[in-house]
Amino acid sequence: MGIVVFDGLAFGALLFLISVGLSVTMGLMNFVNLAHGAFAMAGGYAAAVLMNDYGAPFPVGLAAGFLAGAVTGGVMEFFFIRRLYRSHPLDQVLFTIGLVFASIATVTFFFGPTMQRFVMPSYLDGNVALFGTDVSRYRLFLIVVGVIVVGGLLLGLNRTRFGAMIRASVDNQRVAQGSGINVDRLFLLTFTFGCGLAGFGGALSLGMLTLNPIFPLKYMVYFLMVVCVGGAGTITGPFLAALLVGVGDVAGKYYIPESGGFLIYLLMLGLLLARPRGLVVKQGAH
Amino acid sequence: MSRLAATLLATAIFAGSAAAAEPLKLGFVAPMSGAQAEYGLQMMNGMKTYMAQHGDSVADRPIEIIVKDSGGPNPDVAKRLTQELIVRDKVDFLVGYGFSPNAFAAAPLATESETPLIIFNAASSTIPLKSPYIARVSMTLAQHAYGIAKWANEQDIQKVYTLYADYAPGQDANKQFKKIFTAEGGEIVGEIGVPLSSPDFGPYMQRIKDAQPDAVFMWFPSGELANTMLKSYRERGLEEAGIRALGTSDLVDDHSLDSMGEDAVGLITSAHYSAAHDSELNKAFVETYAEIDPDTRPNFMAVAAYDGLAAIYKVTEDLGGDVSNGEKVMELLTGMTFESPRGPIEISSEDRDIVQNIYIRETKDTGEGLYNIEFQTMPMVVDQGKE
Repeated sequence: MGIVVFDGLAFGALLFLISVGLSVTMGLMNFVNLAHGAFAMAGGYAAAVLMNDYGAPFPVGLAAGFLAGAVTGGVMEFFFIRRLYRSHPLDQVLFTIGLVFASIATVTFFFGPTMQRFVMPSYLDGNVALFGTDVSRYRLFLIVVGVIVVGGLLLGLNRTRFGAMIRASVDNQRVAQGSGINVDRLFLLTFTFGCGLAGFGGALSLGMLTLNPIFPLKYMVYFLMVVCVGGAGTITGPFLAALLVGVGDVAGKYYIPESGGFLIYLLMLGLLLARPRGLVVKQGAH
Repeated sequence: MSRLAATLLATAIFAGSAAAAEPLKLGFVAPMSGAQAEYGLQMMNGMKTYMAQHGDSVADRPIEIIVKDSGGPNPDVAKRLTQELIVRDKVDFLVGYGFSPNAFAAAPLATESETPLIIFNAASSTIPLKSPYIARVSMTLAQHAYGIAKWANEQDIQKVYTLYADYAPGQDANKQFKKIFTAEGGEIVGEIGVPLSSPDFGPYMQRIKDAQPDAVFMWFPSGELANTMLKSYRERGLEEAGIRALGTSDLVDDHSLDSMGEDAVGLITSAHYSAAHDSELNKAFVETYAEIDPDTRPNFMAVAAYDGLAAIYKVTEDLGGDVSNGEKVMELLTGMTFESPRGPIEISSEDRDIVQNIYIRETKDTGEGLYNIEFQTMPMVVDQGKE
């Protein structure tokens, strides 16, 4: 029982970490960003290549993952995405899904269709005893990082000037612009940061998910699920949603393996029926 | 007038070149893009390897390979592409077919047009029964399952939990393993079919660990799923708990072995081919392959494509280059035996299916990367999955 809950929380933490960037770009900025996985993949590849070919340690890989996600995200924002903020959501969907396919082709071209190798650093390998159960160090690490990230984001968004500026710009761009906020630059920075988080999550996921060119398509449902169930525009919502979905999925697979991975969708359906606008609804949301 | 002249000229040139060397057209249907693009890559490299060693023409006919990308398991697409190859390109042979559903979809077309179809991978047992124009040079899942189940019996492994990807080939492999393993007194204590989309296999492994069987039989298609599976097996410490891992080669396919790393070392699997197979022919095969594609290592699909071309070259030579009569071609293919880089093989005279050695191997770090080292041979195994 203990191990099932722990594994569920760890899987949830991973779901949160790879989706939290989407809570920023889609949840906060109201931009329908189906290309989230492409930025996560950029981070994953940066980390994997650095670690495999240049022997970089895991923390360096994580930092590189963040950077790679952020840089690709920033470039995309500057050249394309800023033109689409005010477009119809359908245009945003079409553009970002196109971006997913383009990223799959690009990565296949440069790195081939095969999956990337990942060797866990020795300090994250194996198990450690915690409250009488053997738990995997890597999974424990995921939970810790998840908690740090959620705390940092909450602080950043609710307690800093930058966070206040983002909230203001998202709620009413014209008024924000009028009060002297450079909305263009702010959105560039926010989108870049969101994509950086995606890259970071992508690099962190190497120990559990496999990295090959179809990564952005393969895990898209999971990214979207966490943000939908959690509620757009918040950080606590996706965090709770990720943990719930994670524990539900793992418990379902352990206790009733015949139902397979289907349970996770039932869980999502139930949660959305109960709270159609997400677990945590943003104050003043329309 | 000038138009008429041009037409005449074109006709003359066409007729002239046709008389000189009509190419031998191979219609190659395989996944060339998407998640399974490596299948197509391996087969293409395998064919190129054969051509590099034996020349790119046979009986004065230059080989022309017409590539059609079927993507993943898409029977409709495979059927349409096969039709195009037969009707528009008028190919002499159909080759490739990575997935069983694709092969099944193409079977009636091969029968109708009397075009010989050589299977390079698709491994469902019944495929050759679907058309008298199909011959298989790859393998069947039942052959692999036979090898590892027999070996488990010999090792006195009694209780086995099975875990497999929940789609046709996984169900097949599971069924065959169960049939052979229980026939000699083994017991299956549990079975889990895992959906293909599952990203986290930890909970399944935990469940198996808690059930404490002697071994777990795993079947997953080669590539990422097999990799993820094995990662969980290691992470959960099943080996430390005394639960051995049994599998077929899909788990430790040569193509993905290097990216699996330490996780694969020590695994016992059964298969018909390993890049480390100890024979002169295989050494030459691996060397030529490396010249063609230094970035990958040949796996069982490359070897099947290589043997497929060997069979086609033989038939074409025997018929003096005229392969227009499909029935004659199939007559020659049936019962054909020759030496492959994997060892001796035979295209069965019973059902045009492959008969070959099945090897039991252990994955080892040889110092030059991970390889599956064969240590036991089950000679000339016939597919037993047709029932």
